[in-house]
This record gives sequence, structure tokens and C-alpha cells, in this order.
Amino acid sequence: MSEVIKVEQLKKYFPVQKSFLEQLFARKMSYVKAVDDVNFSINKGEIFTLAGESGCGKTTTGRVIVRLLKSTSGAIFFNKEDITKLKGEKLRVLRRKMQIIFQDPYASLNPRMRLGDAVGHPLEIHGLARGEEKKKMVLDVLNKVGLAPPEQFFSLFPHQLSGGQRQRAALARSIILKPEFIVADEPVSMIDVSLRTTIIDLMLDFRKELGLTYLFITHDLAVAKYISDKIAIMYLGKIIEMGSKERFFLNPLHPYTQALLSAIPVPNPKRKRKVVELAGEVPSAINIPSGCRFHPRCPYKKAECLEKEPQLMEIEEGHFVECHLY
Amino acid sequence: MPLLEVDSLTVEYKTNRGRIRAVEDVSFSLEKRETLGLAGESGSGKSTLCLSIIKLVPPPGVITKGNMKIDGIDIMKLPEEKMRSIRGRKVAYVFQDPMTSLNPVKRIGDHFIELIQTHEPTIEKKVAIERIKKILENLGILPERINDYPHQFSGGMRQRIMIGLGIALNPSLVIADEPTTALDVIVQAKILDLLESLRDVYEMALILISHDLSIILERCDKIIVMYAGHMVEYASNIELHKNPKHPYTQGLLRSIPNIELADQKLSAIPGSPPNMLNPPQGCRFWPRCSSAKKKCSVKEPPLVDVGNNHFVRCFYGEEGVVGE
Repeated sequence: MSEVIKVEQLKKYFPVQKSFLEQLFARKMSYVKAVDDVNFSINKGEIFTLAGESGCGKTTTGRVIVRLLKSTSGAIFFNKEDITKLKGEKLRVLRRKMQIIFQDPYASLNPRMRLGDAVGHPLEIHGLARGEEKKKMVLDVLNKVGLAPPEQFFSLFPHQLSGGQRQRAALARSIILKPEFIVADEPVSMIDVSLRTTIIDLMLDFRKELGLTYLFITHDLAVAKYISDKIAIMYLGKIIEMGSKERFFLNPLHPYTQALLSAIPVPNPKRKRKVVELAGEVPSAINIPSGCRFHPRCPYKKAECLEKEPQLMEIEEGHFVECHLY
Repeated sequence: MPLLEVDSLTVEYKTNRGRIRAVEDVSFSLEKRETLGLAGESGSGKSTLCLSIIKLVPPPGVITKGNMKIDGIDIMKLPEEKMRSIRGRKVAYVFQDPMTSLNPVKRIGDHFIELIQTHEPTIEKKVAIERIKKILENLGILPERINDYPHQFSGGMRQRIMIGLGIALNPSLVIADEPTTALDVIVQAKILDLLESLRDVYEMALILISHDLSIILERCDKIIVMYAGHMVEYASNIELHKNPKHPYTQGLLRSIPNIELADQKLSAIPGSPPNMLNPPQGCRFWPRCSSAKKKCSVKEPPLVDVGNNHFVRCFYGEEGVVGE
């Protein structure tokens, strides 16, 4: 199987804005380490999920991969080609093959652009089609995402659509260039529950039909379980556990993963859950704890955890964890 | 006597573009120590329903019909002056967004003191502070932090403070409007546990609003499912899980992923919620309902009692979902 995306030692640090006085006296700049040494690869046709709590760096990782943000260090490969430093025309050509869907369909569509224009805009930017030909392609793709009859939706403005319809339009815009890889950043979290499945099913259909590969970013592990082939959990900028869906849910290894899974509500009143208690809250990404970054909250911490940073290790086939317990 | 009785409540928003019936003909009652869950999608009228319980529906919203009693007091006829003492003392409202509901330039303690002194003008500051420290302790916040500002707390902590403000006057009913929507799952579980334990400690009743049916099924004794302003189903959590009658509830249950199941097949409800300015004739759900018959698009279905304290607003409620 061919690797569509591969990331090696990817880091993204954001400098922290300081006041003049602090700049004078502080010797070191401080950084928010949003992504701190992340490694993974996604095979063709796979849906790879990055999950974790807010602020864990999952969205930043997605944005760095599609080159919306510049990485601090590390390398990104797309179809074996190093795209970390691509510029100008080459980057523009690459963008045709990689698309991103954003979380908020209310903010990601221009309120003054008719749907047909918004969805067809990428074709113009990349000089692929215009006029009648463009219109035909837009109608076709609107129909594909279920905005039917497409002629009617073509001339509507975003405010005339519901959240679910807007997200369909965003999906249409992302597939009109026939990309190979899509980053879907929480595409269903702002949509009503009864409509979420339609968006997810569309994504699954397009994977088959167009041979798409996805990086799916979510905080909702129940959705992740439904859609993904592989799952990685991030905590404070690092992947702490990663594996195939089957192994991951059958045998969650990291104490953080176990706590996360135990906290998810289950639609069953008879089931009394036992929530794994975690001390405190996620520390700031500016002052990452020494050793294992999870140790201040870990119920199983040992002396080793305070000093030595664990490495991501393969515990069983295709199942990796970063923890001194294993 | 139930703590809260709501009888055929109707709330309308009179906008320039027409009247919106945000809540129509909703009746239910709630006992002490009970938790009622309100489930439904955005725009289904959950928040409007709860805001009308404290008579704080934002204009142009008006309660046009119905009766409400809290602890036997008929609040429909109560003048605004008296209503103010109901809010906070009898009924507390915890708002959705902990990030914007606290005043950023006021210390946490001052939020509490203002609230307590408004309702109990004669109280000494020292006594109030002792009480606040006790509340903070019950919330799992160090009492020393009484002089901290809101920005010094995380989102989960701020939501705890909001809940603390809600229970500060020892109300008999707390309404929590999506209290955990902005929070991560681990924090969410902690906040919901906290609400549950406070309910028992202070012997309150609780109304929990959420779009997440999983939370509602897990945490609430009774559940109301709202759709486009209508109460479409009303039952205990066990009954609703075992025996959902309304096609909308059934659809919702089929569309939520369950982390405990492998290879689940989910299906969405076709279509989207109606435009409330122009809701469909007859049953409001019929354009999306797979079992809709001709009758449904003509006549509004009544609320049918199917036994076991289970009510359904559907013509086919009694037979489950079958045609004629």
C-alpha cells in the first residue's frame, strides 16, 4: 500500500507575545509547543483520525500538513515527495491535490458569494474551467453532495442554508478539484445530531468513488470509532497512542486514553459507567511537564515518569503507545 | 405536590417576518430530587421553554398561553417585583457559555457577594464569605481562590463557579442549559457528576438541556424530546431507551454513535428541521418521517398516552410506527 501522507518529527511552536519589559529581562523566548515531535503515515484510501481534547494540537497538525501553517521543524511527505518547503507554483499545484474542510460552516463560506460561485471558485483559481464548463462541474458536484436540485442551490446565498447544507457545500468545494487527500477538521461537530451521519456517509462514499484519503480531526471518540481505520490520540502536542481501530478500542493502553474512553457518555440508561479519575486539568503548552508530559495527572506514575520522556513503542502489531508502563 | 408544574405552555416570538411558535402546548411536571432531560436539536425550543420558566424569554418572545406553578406559586400572575425573588432563590439558571457569563473585572467572591446581598440585604459580609467558602469547597475549588479573577480559572472551573452561583441561594430547582457543551469529555463527566451530587446534597430538582441524547439518557430520570417547538415524546429514561415510540426519537437513537458497540450501522434522519416561520401543516415532523401517511400532513397529532407515563405526539403512537 502506498503512503499518501507521511510526517516525520513534525514540530510547530508559536512564539508567545511578551510585553516590552518582559522582553528586556527574559533571556529566552517562550513558545507554545502546539505540535511537538509528531510522526505518522496515512496509506491510500485510509481514514486516519487525530483525536484529543481542545488544545492538544490536532488542528494545528492538520493545518501544518496542508501547508496553511509553516512547520517549525520536521518533514511532511505527500506521495513520497517532500512538500515541507514547497513554494510558489509548485505549492499551488500541490494545493489542488490536498484540501481542507473546516469546522464552522457558518464561517467558512463567504456570506456575499452565491453558492455556485463559492463552490466553483477553486476551479477559477487553478485555471481549470470557466463559464459554462465550470457551471456544469459545479452543478454536478452539488448534486453529488445531495444539494438537489443543484440549479436551485447554485444561486442561493449561505444564509439561506441550514448548517448541514452549508457543510455539504463546503464538502462540494473541497472535492471539486478531485483531490487525493482531505483534512476534515471537526466537520460534524457544529451540525445537528440527526444530520451528522449524512455528512459522514458522504465522506465515506467519496472515499470509495474518488479514492480519497482522509485525515479526520475530532474530539468525539464515538464518531471516530464509527469512521476511522486508524486512530491517534494527542496530548499536549504529542501522539501518545496510535493504532488500528480494532486494537485501539479493544485494548486501550495509555492511562490517558483509558480515562478519555471512560468519560464518554453512552446512550444507555442502565449502564453505570466507572469514570477513571484524573487529577487536575491539562497543563499549559508553554510549560510542558518534564519527563512524561502526562505524569502530573497520571494515576500510575512512577519515579521514572518524572525524569525520562517515554518513546512511542509498538506493543502489539500496529499498536503504538508512549508510556513507561509498557 | 410537584415542585414544578407546566401546563400547555405556548411561547411565541413576534418578529417582523411573522410569528414563530417556538414552544407550543408543552405540559410536564417535576418532583424534588428528580432530573428532567430536555433533548432536541438547535432551534427546537429547549432553551425558550426553560427561559419561560423563569419568565426571562428575550423579546420579542411572549408567553401567550399556559400555566406554571413553582412550589404551588402561580408564577404567571406574579408581578415582576416578586418574580425576581423566585429567580435565584427558587429557580436558578446556569447558562451555556462559562467563558462569557462571568464579569472579567470582578473577583469570583464578589460575584457571589453581589448575588447574596441582593437577595438577603441584611446579611453580614463575614457570614456571606463563610458561606461562599463552603460552596467553593463543595464545587471542588480551593476556598483560598475566592479572590481570584475569572481569567485565572479554566473553562471547567468557570463552569463550576457558574453552577456555584446557581446554587448559592439554595434553590429548589436548577436549570442547566447545555452546561458542558463547550467542555472536553473528561471535564464534562466531572461537571455532570458534580451536578448530580449537588442535587442530592441540596435536595434540588434539576433540568438538564442538551443536544446530546447520550448524556440525557445516562443522567436523567425523565426525558422530553422536543422537535420544532413541540414536545414529541415524554417518558422515563429507561422506557424511552427500551421503547421509543416517536419516529423522530427512533431516528435520533439510530443516528448517535455508541462507543461500546462494534460495527454499528448509523442512519441519518432525511431532510432538515423546518423553517419555524413557516412550519409544515399537520405534524411538524411529517416531511422527514418515513412512516408519514396522508393524515399526518393535514391534522396535528394529539399527545397520546401510551401507558407507563409515556406520551407521544404521533397518530401511530399506540401501535408503534405502523401504517393504517
